[in-house]
Amino acid sequence: MKTRLLFGNVAVGDTPPELGYDVTTTTVVLGALASRDWRPMHHDRDFAVNRNGTRDIFLNTPNQAAWFERYLTDWTGPTGRLGRMTFRMNAPVFPGDHMVFTSTVTGTEIDDAGCGWIDLDVALMVGDVAATTCAVRIAVPVDEDDNPWQRRGDGWRP
Amino acid sequence: MTTSSAGPPTGDLADIPDEVLARFGDVQYEQEGGFPVEQGYTWTTCSAVENANPLFWDDAVAVALTDGPIAPPTMLSVWFRPHHWSPGHTEPAVPLQAHFDLKDELDLPEAIISSNTITFHEPVRPGDRVRSRQILRSISGPKTTRLGLGRFWVIEVEYLNQDGALLGVESYTAFGYRRPGEGAQ
Repeated sequence: MKTRLLFGNVAVGDTPPELGYDVTTTTVVLGALASRDWRPMHHDRDFAVNRNGTRDIFLNTPNQAAWFERYLTDWTGPTGRLGRMTFRMNAPVFPGDHMVFTSTVTGTEIDDAGCGWIDLDVALMVGDVAATTCAVRIAVPVDEDDNPWQRRGDGWRP
Repeated sequence: MTTSSAGPPTGDLADIPDEVLARFGDVQYEQEGGFPVEQGYTWTTCSAVENANPLFWDDAVAVALTDGPIAPPTMLSVWFRPHHWSPGHTEPAVPLQAHFDLKDELDLPEAIISSNTITFHEPVRPGDRVRSRQILRSISGPKTTRLGLGRFWVIEVEYLNQDGALLGVESYTAFGYRRPGEGAQ
């Protein structure tokens, strides 16, 4: 990963590269256990179908958050620092689904502390359905010498 | 303990038990995670989503950017999720206990999390002991959705490290409901 996205390289309306991934049962179970989510609808198909009424087990929210983070930092590089994420879960994501992460830059701002912020609307799409949407605020360096990770206290206003 | 940002409850609360109303803004379930933050778990999570960010894999990058290894910010809630089993506990522990309390107290057997906001503050580092605390912020009046009749509520979870530094805040909006045709107990 060589990317090191700078604030000046981003404009409202930009659309970062998409990320596509074929979801399998392993994707769901591995993600649930990695996020220490032991609830049966994320690993037990009988429970998911017969109790939850869904057609299979499905991706849990903390693991989806990890996918969103991966998608965003693939774009920004390691100097991108997440400030805020708001998720809205609209539909489950099942094994056999092909999920595609898409996004649009909705705002850019340098705050009073000098931190460069990018706002994006990100969607986890399955076909034409936005299964999960996420409004994101992420900080990126304003120049080559800046590093959002070094911001502390009043210098970090997510 | 009552936090300063506690907001008033909203909507028709006539049927809400007094003990629930009394909890608005109170800190509940302050607890420490069952284990210190460990780097192996961050690698497992990065592996699960094929996250190649060198910040989590390359110590030199971590030292240069963050003064040493950190965990992915979105793992914030992972560090306080209880073990499925531990000695002396006969029932599986559940995270977000304040949410499950409301389901019971309001007699709403089903619930979904409809939205979730996470705000990230200080990075989480290997060895940190993460503490969490839950705060009930609001309950709506009765609402009917396609799922059934119920109420929305908002619970915040604050995460702090062993030095008291704020690591992040999660705000959960949930809808607790009863399926159509299911009567109250």
